[in-house]
Amino acid sequence: MAGSGTSHLRPADEVLLQVTDLVVEFPAGRGRSVKAVSGISFDIAPGETLGLVGESGCGKSTTGRAILQLPKPTSGSVVLDGEDLVSLDSKSMRQRRTRLQMIFQDPISSLNPRRMIGDVVAEPLNVWGPKDKDEQWNIVARILDQVGVDPGPARYKRPHEFSGGQCQRISIARALVTDPQLIICDEPVSALDVSIQAQILNLLDDLKTEHGLTLVFIAHDLAVVKNISDRVAVMYLGKMCEISEADELYEHPAHPYTELLLGSSPVPDPSIDVNDVRVIEGELPSPLNPPSGCRFRTRCPLADERCAAEEPIMRRVGEDHFVACHHPLIEPWPDDATIATPVALGSNQNGGSPTV
Amino acid sequence: MENEIRVGRVPARHEVEGEALLVVDDLRTSFAVAAGSVKAVDGVSFELYRGHTMGVVGESGSGKTVLSRSVMGLNTSANATTTGSVLYAGDQMIGKSSKEKKILWGAEMAMVFQDPMTSLNPVVTIGRQLTEHVRYHLDMGKKEANEVAVALLQSVHIPEAEKRLDNYPHQMSGGMRQRVCIAIALACGPRMLFADEPTTALDVTVQHQILNLLAEQQRDRAMAMILVTHDLGVVAGRTDDIMVMYAGKAVEKAPTGELFAHLRHPYTQGLLWSIPKVTQAKHTRLNAIPGRPPNLIDPPSGCKFAPRCAYAQDICRVEEPTLRSIDTPDHVFACHFPVGTPEGEEAFARNVASDYPPALAAVGKLRASEEVVG
Repeated sequence: MAGSGTSHLRPADEVLLQVTDLVVEFPAGRGRSVKAVSGISFDIAPGETLGLVGESGCGKSTTGRAILQLPKPTSGSVVLDGEDLVSLDSKSMRQRRTRLQMIFQDPISSLNPRRMIGDVVAEPLNVWGPKDKDEQWNIVARILDQVGVDPGPARYKRPHEFSGGQCQRISIARALVTDPQLIICDEPVSALDVSIQAQILNLLDDLKTEHGLTLVFIAHDLAVVKNISDRVAVMYLGKMCEISEADELYEHPAHPYTELLLGSSPVPDPSIDVNDVRVIEGELPSPLNPPSGCRFRTRCPLADERCAAEEPIMRRVGEDHFVACHHPLIEPWPDDATIATPVALGSNQNGGSPTV
Repeated sequence: MENEIRVGRVPARHEVEGEALLVVDDLRTSFAVAAGSVKAVDGVSFELYRGHTMGVVGESGSGKTVLSRSVMGLNTSANATTTGSVLYAGDQMIGKSSKEKKILWGAEMAMVFQDPMTSLNPVVTIGRQLTEHVRYHLDMGKKEANEVAVALLQSVHIPEAEKRLDNYPHQMSGGMRQRVCIAIALACGPRMLFADEPTTALDVTVQHQILNLLAEQQRDRAMAMILVTHDLGVVAGRTDDIMVMYAGKAVEKAPTGELFAHLRHPYTQGLLWSIPKVTQAKHTRLNAIPGRPPNLIDPPSGCKFAPRCAYAQDICRVEEPTLRSIDTPDHVFACHFPVGTPEGEEAFARNVASDYPPALAAVGKLRASEEVVG
């Protein structure tokens, strides 16, 4: 996996956000550095929801934050609406922030416990919106109503007076008040009960339709991601494995990692024998010292010498379906649209029969 | 089935074939708070046999965690009152002093908690935390206990177990820490294991590994296990019986296969429908349960689920249903208008026709911003 390459990117004028060769490194002491994200590329069309899936430590949250320049990526470009955010100085970046918002995992700790809800949600307006308090409240009340929080009683309450699901609705309201173009949702439902999770997923879907929102939805639960996303990108150890239209990815996973992830998702059906499911053994290798070649090879059932020597490049396996694997579970398309990969098609199927 | 790692305890002390290891009858736990009394567990009864796993399912605040803590006798705060009967191997747990319970904790019954970071002591090595109660209960020396600890870590599939003994919790990943917690819980060979949301804080891949590990250990040691979770997907295929709790009460209880085949309680159906499934197309509208669990100080009269229920009729708001069965005697539920029965379907159709919000939510026609009411 460890996929590099940009063959899956669409023309720049069709997309709202284009991220190319994004690298984020963190110093790890003694002159070493952790490559949390090492060269990933993707794009998002206006009104689209991109799901980012992977295990803890795969770099999905770092990717989300790097889009917002929090922190600035080590290298690569993040182009929003034709403008590269990476090259902006901090003052110009600050002006672009209204167009980008974020929703975090823990709804309770992402709201200041000492401030009243009316003020929390109005805060972005204090910076960029109308300064008149009544005008602010009109906007805040309208948005709170849209997310299902009764604005009147909520205005003077504090976060501890609300449940986790309500707090997440308030966080969503706060993200919406500046009328952003893109919202990064970092595991927004992972801390919630299944019943509340369903309410929030429905809410995001409704809001997306009403506001024409473009979302990046980060999560580790594949079923949740499928429900909300138009396209899904699977990440592993700082690299992109597979990116595809959502239904296609789940019906015909092309990357062995995606297939194994799918098997791990709990299914509420007792007739499925949980022992029949192939599980991913072991743990994520350290990003300080990632495996050579394909990064998934240490846990991959199909790995061979080639995977250790050579990093796979994104190849097209379907209309809107790309995979970075030497032994994809679906036959890749001929090398026309893809970056030249001198691979004979017949030789990369050893052991891997297409699983449908 | 004995396991070589299982140490110390003479097996099969009290157990007689065919007798339940745990018999809970009309268990009630309440907490006195300034605003009144919170009835967290409100009259729950069940039996659990050795080698069996029971799943306890419900939302946050349904009383599932307090239930397992009450059975173990861990609710020791001054404002907690527990009544009813908990017979563990014929021995009454209610009313035991902490000193008496301490002999049972770890040795007879153990618990694996939700968050592996906060349930391990961050400033004590894994080795010391593992050997602590082995040395206490089994009266072992340091060297002997360390050998047991290594065997335990190997049994939960932690590589390089000897080296891990000197590690601190922060040096391990979340999944590894949860394995350590399981090893600690298993150290003295308990016959009863409580797993309270053991995988909620973990990734799906690690969740699968940990659930498999629990199942394997439970089988090898013939333990009775209670698996507490909010996700029906986690308990399907991994439990013998399931008990669904709502507002401190058991609202449905059945063998796992029977429950999924003929679920009767609208709440169970709501929980099942709320889960997004990989087999559904993208953007499938989830049939969410509107609202949230009631305040347990002053719960609604009648059926406590009625305000959120797609099937609710007038009688539901007045008269509280009791547990009954219509399929098999071991499948009980508390509902006036059960799912899949003519009266239930009729009630549901009536509610949909009159645009009753919970019914609209159940058919995916309620705007998400209105799902809070109830």
